Amino acid sequence: MIEVRDIHKSYGPVEVIRGISFDVEPGEVVCIIGPSGSGKSTILRCLNGLETYQKGEIRIDGQRVDPEDKSIKAIRQRVSMVFQRFNLFPHRTAIENVMEGPVYVKGMSRAEAREMAAGYLKKVGLEDKMESYPGNLSGGQQQRVAIARALAMQPEAILFDEPTSALDPELVGDVLSVMRQVAEEGMTMVVVTHEMGFAREVADRVLFLEGGVIVEQGSAEEVLRNPQEPRTQSFLKRVLNPLI
Amino acid sequence: MSEALSRAADYLPVLMEGVWVTIAVTVLSLLVSTVLGLFWAILGWTKVRAFQMISRTFITVIRGIPIIVQLFYIYFVMPDIGINLTAFQAGVIGMGIAYSAYQAENFRAGIEAIDRGQIEAAQSIGMSDNLIMRRVILPQAFRIALPPYGNTMIMMLKDSSLVSTITVAELTRQGQLIASSTFDNMTVFTLVALMYLVMALPLTYLARQLEKRYKNA
Repeated sequence: MIEVRDIHKSYGPVEVIRGISFDVEPGEVVCIIGPSGSGKSTILRCLNGLETYQKGEIRIDGQRVDPEDKSIKAIRQRVSMVFQRFNLFPHRTAIENVMEGPVYVKGMSRAEAREMAAGYLKKVGLEDKMESYPGNLSGGQQQRVAIARALAMQPEAILFDEPTSALDPELVGDVLSVMRQVAEEGMTMVVVTHEMGFAREVADRVLFLEGGVIVEQGSAEEVLRNPQEPRTQSFLKRVLNPLI
Repeated sequence: MSEALSRAADYLPVLMEGVWVTIAVTVLSLLVSTVLGLFWAILGWTKVRAFQMISRTFITVIRGIPIIVQLFYIYFVMPDIGINLTAFQAGVIGMGIAYSAYQAENFRAGIEAIDRGQIEAAQSIGMSDNLIMRRVILPQAFRIALPPYGNTMIMMLKDSSLVSTITVAELTRQGQLIASSTFDNMTVFTLVALMYLVMALPLTYLARQLEKRYKNA
């Protein structure tokens, strides 16, 4: 469903992505892990055209992702995104945030969109917060609204860019369990994360990035429990035992 | 004292005529400057370099010329190229254009203050630039630009007195006319000052209310 072929990207003289290729099959959950600066968020943002790339090719269902082309809007409707900092619209209530895309991008009637949005908010456990403004919600609640907003576009895939990194530790669990539920329902997901527990339990495949390349990839079991590459081993050691 | 009051009562009807003209000039030029200022701000926000240049050049030129000179230009020079405007029209258009540069800067600051993530979130649900502007940026920029907008309203009310220089019969002009025929400067200009103050007070209050109301949203 998602094909990434030999992507290169530079900021000025600094090459942050140095030839990355991978595929994501429908219904698959792929977690991208790696140290900060490894290019994992950048490659994710390339998938829906929020970043440009200089070389290589990304295709969604065979259609080329070109951030400069008009076709990008249609692609983005099919590939939603959940951001690290939630990025909810602060001037609209939770339910309005979820309705925004269906009503203004897809042209759904407000009544229909409202009913659908209420359904998604219920699904993420926020049926009692529908009329709250983002400023009055906790980080975990905001992120769940953001997931509902992504789901409401009825996309074929959802990209998650470190969805729990900006959350207080006690709020991480709620967001992860919603993500797990979405994954179990068969959504195609690409997740950049530091949550190794989530990757181990939910991911079909794990990519370990460092220095703008995929150092190692395989099933969660292979990469996380039995990494072959020394760089993967040392990263996992640092992440799993931060005090040593 | 009572004599002064009775004279003041005599002047009041003439000054009130001026008050209505002052209000008309202020409201109309506020409207012109808002629409035009928004236009310049959006033009500057587009990715088209030529548009950005036009917007920036206009703002720089307008801000570099005293408002009173702009008014003279529109009222006295335009007829030479066949554009004849009444003093009132010239006043509204002149004030509107002059203030559009300041409004544009207000709006630009509001637009630029919006987090990049807001635009990305809007893009990620497939919104067009147009829709992003209308649904995401402008409503938020509006809240940010509101306090300076309130100040601009008050400044425009006061600066509307500048159109007296091109013979628009607004409050200041009416005051000058009475003062020059009665030499009762003290009473006349005290009254004029008080009348401006009375008009400015509700605006100050309004600006503060709006600011308070949008602070939390």
